[in-house]
Amino acid sequence: MATRAEITSGLAEILEEVAGVNPDDVAEEKSFTDDLDVDSLSMVEVVVAAEEKFGVKIPDNEVQNLKTVGDAVTYIEANH
Amino acid sequence: MSSVDVVVTGLGATTPLGGDVASTWDAMLAGRSGVGPLTQEWAGPLPVRIAAQLAVEPSEIIERVKLRRLDRAEAMAVISAREAWADSGLADAGVDQDRLAVSFGTGIGGVITTLEQNEILQSSGPRRVSPHTVPMLMPNGPAAHIGLELGARAGVRAMASACATGAEAVALGLDLIRAGRADVVVAGSTEAVVHPLPIAGFASMRAMSTRNDEPERASRPWDANRDGFVLGEGAGTIILERADHAAARGARVYARLAGAGITSDGYDIVQPDPECAGGIRAMRTAIRDAGLTGADIHHVNAHATSTPAGDMGEIKGIRAAIGGHPIVTSTKSMSGHLLGAAGALESIATILAIRDGIIPPTINLDDPDERLDLDVAAHKARTADIQAALNNSFGFGGHNVALIFTRA
Repeated sequence: MATRAEITSGLAEILEEVAGVNPDDVAEEKSFTDDLDVDSLSMVEVVVAAEEKFGVKIPDNEVQNLKTVGDAVTYIEANH
Repeated sequence: MSSVDVVVTGLGATTPLGGDVASTWDAMLAGRSGVGPLTQEWAGPLPVRIAAQLAVEPSEIIERVKLRRLDRAEAMAVISAREAWADSGLADAGVDQDRLAVSFGTGIGGVITTLEQNEILQSSGPRRVSPHTVPMLMPNGPAAHIGLELGARAGVRAMASACATGAEAVALGLDLIRAGRADVVVAGSTEAVVHPLPIAGFASMRAMSTRNDEPERASRPWDANRDGFVLGEGAGTIILERADHAAARGARVYARLAGAGITSDGYDIVQPDPECAGGIRAMRTAIRDAGLTGADIHHVNAHATSTPAGDMGEIKGIRAAIGGHPIVTSTKSMSGHLLGAAGALESIATILAIRDGIIPPTINLDDPDERLDLDVAAHKARTADIQAALNNSFGFGGHNVALIFTRA
């Protein structure tokens, strides 16, 4: 089981790869759209990459609830 | 003849001969070939294993994250448009975005994206298909990305007329300015189809050179031993501007875009009319549109692609529409055939030939076809005082476009 810090760091890698987000900017309280400038198409890429990386399934109706990095970490922690 | 003058104030290109206009033009004047072997693993089983690939990869120019959302054709389009825009000085001068239009095409569109994403679909399923797929494969993507970068709001038009696309996009730019719909038009075209499927398709038509052992000698328009075209990739952008708009800001002017002629053959979906009737009508229309006569045309940048079927018809056509006097060249002997982007790159070569008074050579014309009865700038660049020049582009589907550029 990955820790919250490990999941955050894994998400940071994905965000850097697909959206050019500086890993240093990634923290649990950050909003994907407002703070990290991840647009809706890139968010789809983040979700698919996260599913692969953490072995979880993130249904589309769940994605809208993932506003912050912390929301995603919590979901992945609970479901992987 | 129109009362509105249209001039060229900026040029941009990324081609097999160079990553920008200056290096491409230098290579052309030096008679260098941009054709080389295809070393990719997929090329092994193909009958054609040569192509003219970009001299500078887009990844050296465009930031990584942006590049992964662009088809290769879009990336090339953006690179050439950025250069042309900077070259025009409009970035500093400022432009009314509601009067700025884009007319930019592609012959085939985002085929590399289409095929790559299809592989992902087959191997990993639909959920793995990139959400950027559609804006990457759509044929208006290159025009739209340029419009987005420059903030063009007077319309973003996307041409598709196969190998006449680039010239038709320039012709539409002329129309838009003459009709008062824009002050500035970013015109041009892009093509990126160096991929086994398009190559196999063209090769199955027996349209491509199979001179795999001598890539640099494979593109040989009008040579008796020509055996087909050589696929090239790249993009070219031409900034068209209403002449008084350019004058008011003290812009540097390369040449005047004096006229255009567009016709269709109504003959065959791919075979050129051997009498070049549609090409002749396009050339005559363009000359008339420019307020000139055939005698005024000093130079022709020909479409001549190095195919046995196409090259000689155009020679007949030039003789009929213009006469026996112009100095003719085919820069495809060096760049390969950029398909939809050919008309843009060759417009740039025509414009620079006028500006510099020098005609780039047709290389590999070692043993001219016995029917070649016009003066071709064979092997070496030729100096010439050019007041007016014509650029021909013909495309599958029977599209014929002739453009006339004159000295500013």
